[in-house]
Amino acid sequence: MQFSESWLRSLVNPALDTRQLGHLLTMAGLEVEAMEPVAGAFTNVVVAEILSAEKHPNADRLQVCQVNTGGDAPLTIVCGAPNARAGLKTACALVGAELPGNFQIKQAKVRGVESFGMLCSAKELGIVEAADGILELAADALVGQSIRQYLDLDDTRITLKLTPNRGDCLSVMGIARETAALTASPLEYIDCSAVGVSVTDTHPVQIEAEAACPRYCGRVIRGIDPAARTPAWMARRLERSGLRPIHPVVDVTNYLLLELGQPMHGFDLARLQGPICARMARSGEKLELLNGQTLELQPDSLVIADDSGPLALAGIMGGQGSGVTADTCDVFLEAAHFAPEAIAGRARAYGLSTDSSHRFERGVDPQLPAFAIERATRLILDICGGQAGPVISVGPGVAPAAAIPFRPARARRILGFDLADDAMADILRRLGMNVEAAGEGFLALAPSHRFDLTREVDLIEEIARVHGYDNLPAAALRGEHAMLPAAEGARPAIELKKLMAARGNQEIITYSFISAELDADFRADGQTLPLLNPIASQMGVMRGSLLGGLIQTLRHNLNHGQERLKVFEVGRAFISDQSADQPLRLAALRHGAAAPEQWGEAARGVDFFDLRADLEALFGAQAVNFRPEIHPALHPGQCARVLLGETPVGWIGTLHPRLTQKYGFIKAPVLCEIALDALTHGLAPRYSAVARLPAVRRDLAVVVDNAIAAGDMLAAVNAARPSLVADFALFDLYQGKGVDEGKKSLAFKVLLQHTEKTLTDSEIDETVQSVLAILNKNFNASLRG
Amino acid sequence: MTLDEILKDAEQAFAAAGNLPTLDQVKARYLGKTGAITEQMKALGGLPPEERKTAGARINLVKDQVEALLKTRREAIQTAELEKQLAAEALDVTLPGRGEGAGGLHPVTRTLARIEALFTSIGFTVADGPEIETDFYNFTALNIPENHPARAMHDTFYMQSGTLLRTHTSPVQVHYMQAHEAPIRIIAPGRVYRCDSDVTHTPMFHQVEGLWVDESASFADLKGLLADFMARFFERDSLPVRFRPSFFPFTEPSAEMDIGCVICEGAGCRVCSHTGWLEVLGCGMVHPNVFGHVGIDAERYQGFAFGLGVERLAMLRYGVDDLRLFFENDLRFLKQFA
Repeated sequence: MQFSESWLRSLVNPALDTRQLGHLLTMAGLEVEAMEPVAGAFTNVVVAEILSAEKHPNADRLQVCQVNTGGDAPLTIVCGAPNARAGLKTACALVGAELPGNFQIKQAKVRGVESFGMLCSAKELGIVEAADGILELAADALVGQSIRQYLDLDDTRITLKLTPNRGDCLSVMGIARETAALTASPLEYIDCSAVGVSVTDTHPVQIEAEAACPRYCGRVIRGIDPAARTPAWMARRLERSGLRPIHPVVDVTNYLLLELGQPMHGFDLARLQGPICARMARSGEKLELLNGQTLELQPDSLVIADDSGPLALAGIMGGQGSGVTADTCDVFLEAAHFAPEAIAGRARAYGLSTDSSHRFERGVDPQLPAFAIERATRLILDICGGQAGPVISVGPGVAPAAAIPFRPARARRILGFDLADDAMADILRRLGMNVEAAGEGFLALAPSHRFDLTREVDLIEEIARVHGYDNLPAAALRGEHAMLPAAEGARPAIELKKLMAARGNQEIITYSFISAELDADFRADGQTLPLLNPIASQMGVMRGSLLGGLIQTLRHNLNHGQERLKVFEVGRAFISDQSADQPLRLAALRHGAAAPEQWGEAARGVDFFDLRADLEALFGAQAVNFRPEIHPALHPGQCARVLLGETPVGWIGTLHPRLTQKYGFIKAPVLCEIALDALTHGLAPRYSAVARLPAVRRDLAVVVDNAIAAGDMLAAVNAARPSLVADFALFDLYQGKGVDEGKKSLAFKVLLQHTEKTLTDSEIDETVQSVLAILNKNFNASLRG
Repeated sequence: MTLDEILKDAEQAFAAAGNLPTLDQVKARYLGKTGAITEQMKALGGLPPEERKTAGARINLVKDQVEALLKTRREAIQTAELEKQLAAEALDVTLPGRGEGAGGLHPVTRTLARIEALFTSIGFTVADGPEIETDFYNFTALNIPENHPARAMHDTFYMQSGTLLRTHTSPVQVHYMQAHEAPIRIIAPGRVYRCDSDVTHTPMFHQVEGLWVDESASFADLKGLLADFMARFFERDSLPVRFRPSFFPFTEPSAEMDIGCVICEGAGCRVCSHTGWLEVLGCGMVHPNVFGHVGIDAERYQGFAFGLGVERLAMLRYGVDDLRLFFENDLRFLKQFA
């Protein structure tokens, strides 16, 4: 909502300067988005008349003008504007004037001719961004008058960002009412009384869709003067509200939209064929709008039609071919009420947004059409002449709202503030409400323009708002304080993230939507979850895996010369759109050197086991297992299912060479993705007895086939663990000289321990032999010679 | 050699010995089994008894002197050798440390963690909810009926099945109130989505929703809590705040909260559009219709909700001037928050 301050002040004029007025509105919930003077800061610019304009003797593009500025003698002024001509009334900056940008006007020689001032364009006065020539003023402009006064330039263009509940403030009158209530200032009256009827002509109106159009007021005005022009004061108010003057009748309807908030429409009576009908569109109907766009109408759209078909999209936009034109003599004026539900969403569905739909969607005072049509008629008759017929008013109207029961005690409880009953009643009355005592509080009846007030809580808000939110107290923190339960074993995501960061990983956050192609590469289930209205195709589907985002991040950083990457992300993957199918996951990617480039360690490329170490750290004390399995995006020989006990919880592996090549990477990144649930539910530690006697260590080097998984050997021994074995672990892997081709040598540590006594040599040997027997039996392992 | 000659000779020989093994060999020449002093002692037996005592005393004196010389020399050699070793072992301690460097958290995570810590310190628990939502949870249950103009402000992403990407974290309020009895004190951080992408909008961003419901949580409590939070978050004891009436369908009264600009201290700058104020969150008293949708008795219980933009707070706190940086994941940006 944009309007000029002087227009507002013509209706209500509190003792506040512009800044204070803006602050008042903002703090009342009518947020001021912008306040800008309608013209730049300048002085000493007056209305002037060019008496003569002669070509400059020394310059082709300059003219030497004699200018009457109201002084004793005409001034000689050199001017370069092509439209400077004898008889033109324009703006003249006198010597000593200061124009916007601290531009001082001095007496000066221009190509040898003395010039005593400057003729100004609207741009030079800071009124518009661009101008072709000097200002062209009306012929009756008073020479010598200050241009600021003549054009009413000491004015401010105010733009409000209104919330959707305040449809009542989408008019200068609405803002004036609000200002009057907030400042207890008197409000000017706008004459909406009935205009004298001088012809009996009417035009028939029918309403088929009464719920969508409960009220339709219309009137014939005959014999307007097609040559009439919109008066300057009205054009100025329209322009300062962001509207362009078009035609006096159209301008009046636009003026009413701005002044009272009633969208109206003027039809050319001669172009109507048969009665006006407010009805729903029929399927297949088309309408060419005023903006030239042709719509295929949907049956949920209310139209204003005649026998020829739809004339206007009701409450949204008029059509071509029925509106007022430069030749129109007889007008049919419409002021109707359309139900918000009948208009809401329709304009948007057609890709439209108009001043009219903006208002009807938010609601317009249902009683307003009868007043607005009189006001508009009066203005049209004043400007264009003509004769008005009687108003016809059709439709059941909107039932008046019921009075709202209001309990001051409830307001005090919600607001936490001790405001007296009388003070609350006073605020409601200032808002135009009728307040009566009833029961434990009041009955408050809202005026028809405050259709947004329907229940007690609406009134509580009004009381808080008018009293001023800043005048309500802020309470110190209170409440019973119970200690929150906290499971010691639980590891919230933030702890896991900090652990990853401490291990040198950088957290990233990528978009939850990625390209369908990238998603398909990592989504093993073959599903896809496309958005209906994506921002761009590379953000077209909800990700089924976090790995795609990591790959994109790798690509971005490689493009920016960052070769080594250790990144991770925690976020949701989307298996389906059901709420249970949006699991949180932790995914990580490593690429490039295993360690940062440094003097102290030989450079080595990162591999599977570097990332596996991070995963093991993440799982902490939980028993995590890795089982070789095939994932379509991962290298089949360097890929494992991650298991918690026997439950699969994720994947780890090297990117498949096929994808590494597809994405244009030279080296393959290592990736993992784990269900966050599997990581966050740990257990609190549990003590077990520490042996008092020293343990005995025996090392066992065995040779097995390459295909044997070391993890299986560890698992087999641990499952059958002989009674004295306290720990069994792998500490070396060797292949090469001394070990046959296709075989590998694994070195295990066997830690033997009895909690109470020292072990004998024979006990030790027996136990080691039993371990060896397990390895031999299950894996054909032989002691390395 | 006379005893004097022995002493003088030993002093020279010890000084000539450059290390401990050599010194031990040299020592044997005087104090060993066939050493000069040992020989002198042996020769004592050949002296007349009346001279033995004096001669013996003289020999012992010289022996003590030789031993003292030896000890001094030994210590000198040890000191010199230690110094040599230390010099040889000296490191360039200005070389950087070995091994892995530091990683880091994303600035949005840092900010979220800070917000969570402040609220959990006063008894809030952290709740969570799905990001693909139904129309009911994102709109209807929050008192935003179909075709309401407020929906147009949300620029919603839709899925084929009619579900949508949540446009705010407020649906978590509804889930939580359906599953829990009052009193309720939660915050719900998370990702939200709006179909909007330009210099100041990314199609995904983060919000933190807050909800406090009990029998007396009032607008005054809301003001006090949020003013405290902003002061703590920005670590400024006297941070100016103001509350402006606003509109959210799911709260009434509704408010926007502004804080005094933390960049220019209220003097006016580009960040605050020269107003001296920064809009930081929306809040209000839970609308009775919302309580109605989740079956909470709005006559008995009341409360307030708030929603704040995490990226906005992160930008203000860390001085980031381009929202889009948060999701480009450029290491040169992210490393600054390690």
